[in-house]
Amino acid sequence: MTAPSSSGSPGRATPLLAQIWAVIALPLISILLALLVGAFVILASQLVLPGGNLDLLLPLTAYAALFQGAFGNFDALVDTLISTTPLVLGGLSVGLAFKAGLFNIGAQGQFLLGALGAVAAGVALAGAPPLVAITVALAAGILAGAFWGFIPGLLKAVSGAHEVVVTIMLNYIAIAVIAAVVGGPLRQQGRPEAITPDVGNAALPVIIGNDGHAGIALAIVAVAVVAFLLFRTTLGFEIRIVGANPDAARYAGMRPRALTILTMSIAGALAGLAGAVVVLGVTHLMTPSFGTTVGFDSIAVALLGRTNPVGIVAAAFLFGALRAGASLMQIKAGIPVELIDVLQATILLFLVANPVLRRAFRLRGVKAGLETTETITKTYAGEVAPR
Amino acid sequence: MDGLINALYSIPVAGVLFQLAGYLVNVVPDISPLILQAATPIALAALCGVMCERAGVVNIGIEGIMITAAFVGWYSGVLLVPVLGTTAIGPFGMSLALVVALGVALASGVVISALHAWLSISVRADQIISGTIINIAAFGLTGYLNNLIAKTSPNGAGAFTQFRPPREVTDIPVIGWILNMFLNQGPIAMSVIVLVVIFQILLFRSRWGLRSRAVGEHPRAAETVGIDVIRVRYRNVLIGGVFAALGGAYLSMEATNSFQQGMTTGRGFIGLAAMIVGRWSPVGAFGAALLFSSSTALGNSIKFSPPSGDLGTILTSLPDQVYDALPYLVTIVILAGVVGRSIPPAADGQAYEREAAT
Repeated sequence: MTAPSSSGSPGRATPLLAQIWAVIALPLISILLALLVGAFVILASQLVLPGGNLDLLLPLTAYAALFQGAFGNFDALVDTLISTTPLVLGGLSVGLAFKAGLFNIGAQGQFLLGALGAVAAGVALAGAPPLVAITVALAAGILAGAFWGFIPGLLKAVSGAHEVVVTIMLNYIAIAVIAAVVGGPLRQQGRPEAITPDVGNAALPVIIGNDGHAGIALAIVAVAVVAFLLFRTTLGFEIRIVGANPDAARYAGMRPRALTILTMSIAGALAGLAGAVVVLGVTHLMTPSFGTTVGFDSIAVALLGRTNPVGIVAAAFLFGALRAGASLMQIKAGIPVELIDVLQATILLFLVANPVLRRAFRLRGVKAGLETTETITKTYAGEVAPR
Repeated sequence: MDGLINALYSIPVAGVLFQLAGYLVNVVPDISPLILQAATPIALAALCGVMCERAGVVNIGIEGIMITAAFVGWYSGVLLVPVLGTTAIGPFGMSLALVVALGVALASGVVISALHAWLSISVRADQIISGTIINIAAFGLTGYLNNLIAKTSPNGAGAFTQFRPPREVTDIPVIGWILNMFLNQGPIAMSVIVLVVIFQILLFRSRWGLRSRAVGEHPRAAETVGIDVIRVRYRNVLIGGVFAALGGAYLSMEATNSFQQGMTTGRGFIGLAAMIVGRWSPVGAFGAALLFSSSTALGNSIKFSPPSGDLGTILTSLPDQVYDALPYLVTIVILAGVVGRSIPPAADGQAYEREAAT
């Protein structure tokens, strides 16, 4: 760790390096510490469980398999990119809401609804020309997700119901909606199990390797669009001001209520696009138990990526790699994939406890990048957003 | 009388409403114990919320505390049964293993709460982010361990059994079914009403309650009159952890006798909604929890023994998933309807920083 020499103010000898260090120091330390905690969990769980003998090298075996599964060869790398794609979109969704002082825990439900919308349109247009089928299916996914984000936005703006509780409830309702629709109207005839037909021509074309679908490119476009929206448009400016200081925004003539609804809808659209990309690019059909970890991973991505579009891509790549490598880790080392959730929570824990880390590692001048989350708790529980 | 009822039932459109009312009158006394059972984890989660937020700490990690306690209680039972055996030592099918396991589950809730307290009170992190971290960690860790353990599928210490009130009590006209609701229960569900009443009295009538509320409304003023804000907040969050853990333990040690991954299914968050609807008072939160759980119990009742007539035709034509989603829908609708008029403690969610000594 070269911290002491370069942690000074950015104006010193190596301003660029110092600036980069200031941005990545805390995430990097958090990730390394989380891997240590993960190793401890692997070791400790051997002791707690009956009949387990202590294998001191198991954490290394597990992490080696994890790395191999994520980057071991070209196919593994493509798998990592495929897992990264929905996380980029989900991370943008949660990150955009954070910018406006809103906490979108509902990315999970918006993802599911987006996937459902895309599969419904895709099945209906399975025989249409690919360009039409894909465009309409993606649009259906975006709209379905946007609708699922619009509901908590509207309720917050009109009645003050906090989006955290409402979006969590909507996540559970989304599960029921999918089970009902896939088991009912969308069910493929003549199959014993409930499953939708294939999306046919609405499937995204493969652009890299064996199954690297076009959604990967779509995610990159989305990053550029969201970055442009946030930093180059009036709407983006207003979103950031409302998030940073709702009172100032109101005095400046902005309308926090309308912005709340709009931001949640856009966030829902992004998460819905993530769901659409997964069904159209990876699964091509849907079962009633269609589930995902994308929604909650996205929260971690947005926080680790400092709610900044570029940071979100890096964070999504990290968690995409963890998700892609997890199955090989489970096969080779017998470590359940839930270890990834533990790692994720631990990374966030260290990130949030950054004042402690800064003291422990004597870091000066480095940023935590969590400032944008500060207004979330302020609007908690029933404060009606000002007009 | 029957003629009048039949006449009301046969009115077009409005008749369905009368049929619904008739169905409710018929079925609610029968399912009343189920209503309290469904309300128990929600009410305990809501009590945790009231305990924390009255002192100014937002806790959305309740769900995580519950799933942790559910797992720890069940798995402690698995480990303790070979040592302590399963001989009953008291009412409710209590065995030593079961009671000790419950104690361990409650302790685990306090430990998780301590993490939230430290992050939100001492580190002064965003309290909602802190709660989210606790949820992700708790679901990850319990899922991870459960996957490792599921290979051996061990037997736990069983579950607390229900008390069966004598027929003479439950057959009392008019109030019999209410007594049945509170008595035809296991120890945790039965204790909820006691906890609610004690908590309500202490919160509004004791020195501790006054101090807690002062810290949640105006911490600076509380500090000025000599109340240790940090200490009160820590204490309340830790006690809140006991409530949430009891709600979690209920799921794996009384409602069922095993642990399933993700078995809390949002009850911690429904508890938070109950707290808001109940205006941050224990009795109000308990009432809201009963309201929410009625929808669950009623949904199940419709699923398994639908009413007859037009109403039954309408209700059975809906997909089953409508009833699965019912508690969540009811929560959103009631929350959106009531929340603007329900005012949180003024310092809720705001970290407190002592003024410099000099």
